[in-house]
Amino acid sequence: MREGDEIARLITFLFAASVVLVTLLLVFELWQGSVLPRHKFGFNFFRTSVWDPIFDQFGALPFIYGTLVTAGVALVIAVPLGIGAAIFLAELAPARVSDTLEFFIDLLAAVPSVIYGLLGVFIVVPLMREYIQPALKNTLGFLPLFQGPVYGVGLLTAGIVLAIMVIPYIISVSREVLLSVPRDQREAALSLGSTHWESTWKVVVPFARGGIMGSIFLALARALGETMAVTMVIGNAPVISASLFSPGDSIASVIANQFTEATGDLYLQSLIELGLVLFLITFILNGLARLLIVVTSQKGSAMSNA
Amino acid sequence: MKRIAGILLITIAFAGVLWADNALLINGAGATFPYPIYSKWFAEYHKANGAIEINYLSVGSGAGIKQVTDGTVDFGATDGPMNDDQLKAYRDKHGAPILHFPTVLGAAVPTYNIPGVTTSLNFTPDALAGIFLGRISKWNDPAIANANKGVNLPANDIIVIHRSEGSGTTYIWTDYLSKVSTDWKDKVGKGTAVNWPVGLGGKGNEGVTGLIKQTPNAIGYVELIYAVQNKIPYGAVRNAAGEFVRADLAGVSAAAAAASKTMPEDFRVSITNAPGKGVYPISSFTWLLIPGKFSDATKRDAIKGFVTWMLADGQNYAETLSYAKLPKEVVDRELKAISKIQ
Repeated sequence: MREGDEIARLITFLFAASVVLVTLLLVFELWQGSVLPRHKFGFNFFRTSVWDPIFDQFGALPFIYGTLVTAGVALVIAVPLGIGAAIFLAELAPARVSDTLEFFIDLLAAVPSVIYGLLGVFIVVPLMREYIQPALKNTLGFLPLFQGPVYGVGLLTAGIVLAIMVIPYIISVSREVLLSVPRDQREAALSLGSTHWESTWKVVVPFARGGIMGSIFLALARALGETMAVTMVIGNAPVISASLFSPGDSIASVIANQFTEATGDLYLQSLIELGLVLFLITFILNGLARLLIVVTSQKGSAMSNA
Repeated sequence: MKRIAGILLITIAFAGVLWADNALLINGAGATFPYPIYSKWFAEYHKANGAIEINYLSVGSGAGIKQVTDGTVDFGATDGPMNDDQLKAYRDKHGAPILHFPTVLGAAVPTYNIPGVTTSLNFTPDALAGIFLGRISKWNDPAIANANKGVNLPANDIIVIHRSEGSGTTYIWTDYLSKVSTDWKDKVGKGTAVNWPVGLGGKGNEGVTGLIKQTPNAIGYVELIYAVQNKIPYGAVRNAAGEFVRADLAGVSAAAAAASKTMPEDFRVSITNAPGKGVYPISSFTWLLIPGKFSDATKRDAIKGFVTWMLADGQNYAETLSYAKLPKEVVDRELKAISKIQ
């Protein structure tokens, strides 16, 4: 028996180690593959915004900007919607309704991104151009965010399509976490005279905070790396503009667009360096996320199940 | 256990025999634009010559050039000819040149969506360059209006749509603009992907078409084949002889014939803005990239056989698939060049 334990330990250890190995290999390959632009542009790669394959000038700034802005817009929309829906499903809805809806949510999470892209092109883009963007311009047009010509495609549209894509993740994970909050927590709150909503908002949700944050970061990761759906609605122009109506481009999208036809080593390697940049962004945001969880759980209430 | 192992062994041995008995496999990779006709050609050629099987991956021109230079495929294919640096890199690595063989022709056409305008518009080279540089920003600009007398062009802002991904169509389009506009040549240049001064990007011909259809006052460019097959209206372009020509296969072949007189030995020639009557000016060859030296004689003979067939019987498939076929002048010169494959 002892021997069996040892073997199982070894095998599972190897599996776990392979994850680290793959990550390191990935970074190594990206690093190796981007020697030329790192030497030629150095830190300017992050600061300049010209992307010109003909004259061999490559700057990543517009793509970094587009990636962060679209992911940010997506979270601003998806987080309240997703968490609200999860609270309803976990705390307020009858079990049967909750389970049925959960089935649909899981289904949505499994839809390939190109389908969301088509949804974006055929439904969201015309709606944006005809109704939503003109309406925003008329009401909130004094903000630089909502100025400029209306194309339908652009940063805002990409953010909205991303929001639609990541909401199922937030709902699904947050609902599971909320459901796993121990029953006695709720009962204790109720017995102290709080209403159903008070027990949900002041006890259950804080208890599940760690898991809910986890769902948000899962959504963020998907939004940062999403390629196909973004390409189809972002407008694919590497510009930096304060307006969310403006077309933009994201890191994942430009790599997918230009990799196959990239001629010339510097061009190809600059695209690989963009991959490295995306990896870095994901890495940094994940680190910040961990930090946030640690900080909030220290000053907050019980986080035992997170 | 023994029996299972025995069955496995027999299966593997059998598969091995099948494998060994297989046809001579030749691998190619590259341009996506000619993929429909290439796959037709390779299938037909295999039918006629059972011993040879050509496997082609449409991974894009850039990847095609890279793979043939790395030596991971037997031949490549590209929509834009290799530049001098790339030729040198190939020669340095393999000790022999890489050869370009034009196969068929393609063209890019301007397509647009202006509310209230249903007639086919005429575009001068200056108008196209001005629009894509962002200098002509209204549809009723004199540069457009003067070539379209009697058409009621609106005073709306022009929205430029281009391809978001690297593509041979973009190469043809920017090659043409570089020839007709020195500003374009100096500021933007030609390539499968460029730094566009203005506009939005759509993915693929279908992405560009979709954006144009949805966006009032938009203009973009698509492949001629795509426009013909999907019945997308497109405009005429003024050629070097001063005529407004609406692209068709004859006009594209005429461009190749006109350019063949001045074509260099290695076939690396741009035929945009070619001189002569009836020429559609935004046309281009697409090329096979074949190594000048094969270490494997059977492979070399197989590829030579295929190129010979492609230049004769193969050309007959071109027009049914909406590609313009090579003019006779070019075919004759290519037949002579086959002997360079060694």
